[in-house]
Amino acid sequence: MQPNVYIYILVMASVTYLIRVLPLALIRREIKSPFIRSFLHYVPYVTLAVMTVPGVILDTGTCLSGVLGLGTAVYLAWKGKSLIQVAGWMCAVVYIAELILL
Amino acid sequence: MDSKKWYVQGLRDGVPIFLGYLAVAFTVGIFARNAGLTSLQASLMSFLNNTSAGQFVAIGLIASSSGYLELAAVQLVVNLRYLLMSCSLSQKIQPKAPFFHRLLLGYNVTDEVFALLSAVDGYLNPAYTYGLSTMSIPGWTLGTFLGCTIGGILSERLLSAMGVALYGMFISVIVPPAKKDRRLLAAIAVSMAISAGFPLLPGLKNIPQGFKIIILAVLISALFAAIYPVPKGEGEEGESAA
Repeated sequence: MQPNVYIYILVMASVTYLIRVLPLALIRREIKSPFIRSFLHYVPYVTLAVMTVPGVILDTGTCLSGVLGLGTAVYLAWKGKSLIQVAGWMCAVVYIAELILL
Repeated sequence: MDSKKWYVQGLRDGVPIFLGYLAVAFTVGIFARNAGLTSLQASLMSFLNNTSAGQFVAIGLIASSSGYLELAAVQLVVNLRYLLMSCSLSQKIQPKAPFFHRLLLGYNVTDEVFALLSAVDGYLNPAYTYGLSTMSIPGWTLGTFLGCTIGGILSERLLSAMGVALYGMFISVIVPPAKKDRRLLAAIAVSMAISAGFPLLPGLKNIPQGFKIIILAVLISALFAAIYPVPKGEGEEGESAA
């Protein structure tokens, strides 16, 4: 039997939804354990940080353009610039760097 | 703030997500068309999944007619980080809030939505999450449709530059709180250094990216929780109910 694209889509959507919804549906009380509370406090920052560096390097044309863009973003965020400014300047720096480097 | 204001705030904060998704989903759409999917199939996939890495991998598997079970297993690995994010978000919904909010929020836990939800102090107002979803889901689906239908119109260089907007969003979420809190600053610096060096270690190159993220996130968060526990009531997981 030839595999059906719509069944593929349903299979992947079901798996992905279950991964996302189960913790929300099952963990409904406030967690008391200080260790787990601390752990979950760090999770957002650590998860986003470990995704950013490899992502920026892999998703850009050259490693250097990614690093320059990342440096710009960290500097502007540190200076308290808004989300749109940080993201916009990061894109601009990557674009200009790749125009020069590639 | 009442729910209406939270919803509008969600729409406003969702604008960068909408634009970033439009660009990234555009590349998903191009990839899908090259793999032989119709624009209806590609758009439906985006509407039902809202995941970039998961969809890229899935399109590759579909193109090679892999088994359904294999597709399910790969999705589990690539998307496992959402499990961790949802655990964290489970503590940001008021325990007494109606249950269906949890079912709806679960539909749209993406990296970018998670980043913005984590930046909110105290408990979340569900209306805020719906405001974000109102921007992000159409951005993702529309971008995929456009990529699939008019794929060649944007230059690859422009797409590559636009794609990093989402990482800029991560940075603007994690950096400002770290300015005030040395523990967070240390956690972020360690995470970035280790994730940059991780691929260089021998034997670790072949671990799927989804696994790498969750392994590093769990280990580093647990390490910091053990060394620098956050006292109850301190930090942003505060008691200030929305």
